[in-house]
Amino acid sequence: MSAALHARDLGKRYGRRWALRDCTVDIPAGHVVGLVGPNGAGKTTLLKLAAGQLTPTSGTITVLGGRPTGEPAQLARIGFVAQDTPVYAGLSVADHLRLGARLNPGWDAALARDRVERLGLDPRHRAGKLSGGQRAQLALTLGLAKRPELLILDEPVAALDPLARREFLQGLMEAVAEHELSVVLSSHLVSDLERTCDYLIVLVGSRVRAAGEVEDLLATHHRLTGPRRSPDRLPGDWQVVSARHTDRQSTLIVRTDAPIHDPAWSVSQVTLEDLVLAYMDEPAPAHLRPVLEVKR
Amino acid sequence: MIWLTWRQFRVAAATAAAALVVLAAALALTGPGLASGYSAGITACARDGGCPRFFDRFFDDHQLPFLAVTLVVLILPALLGLFWGAPLVTRELEAGTHLLVWNQSITRTRWLAVKLTFTGLAAVAAAGLCSLVATWWSAPLDRSAAPGFGLMDPLVFGARGIVPMAYAAFAFVLGVTVGMLVRRTVPAMAVTLVLFAAVQIVMPLAVRPHLLPPVGASFALGPENVDSFGKAGDQEFPHLTLESAIPGDTGAWVLSSRLTDPSGRVAGGEGLPATVRVSTTSGPCGPSQQSREPGKGFESCIAEINRLGYRQEAVYQPFERFWPFQWIETGIYALLTAGLAGLCFRWIRRRLS
Repeated sequence: MSAALHARDLGKRYGRRWALRDCTVDIPAGHVVGLVGPNGAGKTTLLKLAAGQLTPTSGTITVLGGRPTGEPAQLARIGFVAQDTPVYAGLSVADHLRLGARLNPGWDAALARDRVERLGLDPRHRAGKLSGGQRAQLALTLGLAKRPELLILDEPVAALDPLARREFLQGLMEAVAEHELSVVLSSHLVSDLERTCDYLIVLVGSRVRAAGEVEDLLATHHRLTGPRRSPDRLPGDWQVVSARHTDRQSTLIVRTDAPIHDPAWSVSQVTLEDLVLAYMDEPAPAHLRPVLEVKR
Repeated sequence: MIWLTWRQFRVAAATAAAALVVLAAALALTGPGLASGYSAGITACARDGGCPRFFDRFFDDHQLPFLAVTLVVLILPALLGLFWGAPLVTRELEAGTHLLVWNQSITRTRWLAVKLTFTGLAAVAAAGLCSLVATWWSAPLDRSAAPGFGLMDPLVFGARGIVPMAYAAFAFVLGVTVGMLVRRTVPAMAVTLVLFAAVQIVMPLAVRPHLLPPVGASFALGPENVDSFGKAGDQEFPHLTLESAIPGDTGAWVLSSRLTDPSGRVAGGEGLPATVRVSTTSGPCGPSQQSREPGKGFESCIAEINRLGYRQEAVYQPFERFWPFQWIETGIYALLTAGLAGLCFRWIRRRLS
């Protein structure tokens, strides 16, 4: 499978502070990839690096096989909707479409016009007077109509109300289905990603804690409840993601490919949210716990 | 890209254009009257020989509008730097729209190049136009200006000819550069103002006097370079104050003007009264001579002071260097502008986002 994004030991430093450090991640093409992690995990930095808005301090990154250097040819292949979906407040909706048409050789004017029409946006309306949802839709339209191979969205729905959020994600899904593009979408809300993404990456402190297709992740993770047991007496092929103990009882979330037969444990399904929270909670230092990836 | 630049710039451009039109209209309405008043006065004074007095009166009458117009031309580059230069990039950074526009299929170098060129040329054109109408309007006043307000003097030099265009280009690019480094509009505007004002003060004080080696010469005293001469009742000798002017070179930029006594020592100068050891009890400066030839008394007394060996020692830049200085200074600011623009391009490629 070709990689949409491949980063190796990627780092970005602002002054003395590392916003992203030693990040190694592979994002396959042809998916809607959800990038999830706590604030400060480096999601925005990673996505800006991928879009060519930043240059890395260390390490390498390739996007769609090319380096995001800010050259026009590479820029044309990547659509980027930045955090808070910025648009020019003083420019009208029509002005934005004109901007896109003039600055992108591959601009799909029909797509842009249709989308704006379908959204019910008045082309003469100033972008500064649009609602948050409409503004996000306008930014998405600009990102889509340049016909990129990869669309990167950084927390596009963070500031939207639930209804606008659903509409935005629906519009995104329709466009993905129609134009067969790869998408990387970051969020700290798992519920948003659950509906849209078929691939999930959990990024905590610049490290990938879990990555894989959503189905596989759900199939290989289990919640176990049983009598209290010390961790070193668990089967060797279990990857314990999180463990909670009371005096008598242990509750574990484990990853294993093998079925669980031990009758001492009662096994239940985990939701995507449980899974993500378990990885985000994980206190273990990175060097003790190998980076986990679902093998396919 | 030019379309987008124009689309973002057109309100500011229209505002500036409107202000310029108002200024140009005001000057166009009053300019012909000023010119005809001047030529009528010159014809009249040429007959009765009172031209110095006419110049004084004419300049005094119009000093306020003269200063106002001059100040407008001096301040305009700073305004362009503040309101066109500083927000050019910071506005995008503050609204986050740089992330939108830099992800279109166009390099940010080209984005900056178009913005800098287009808006920068507009700034130069605005300053050039403003200087042109001001230079035209104040031509009669520049010819009759009092010492300190001549074309070569620091206050006026920067508001005439071609240097205002160079100032505008420099102020604009300075604003853009500071904006890129500071990244916030209002602080960037403040820093731009401080830096530009500092450069504009340092230039005439420390740099311009040395653009070409100044001329040093000594001059006999006469009505052109003596401001006042007189004696207070309780003093033995009279006091003489020099005018900052060069005999035979009206409009020269006087850098220093001092009175030297017969032994060549400095007796005083720079506008301060100096004691002249000439007898006021007898001789040409004595009371008998003064009463015998009323009106002629001053000249014969000055002639006596000259005979004793008092001289004006002056260091100055001759008036005919006005245009060489304009070109040299324009060149210096053009170089500064180019340097800052280079810095902007480096910065936008390497650091910004």
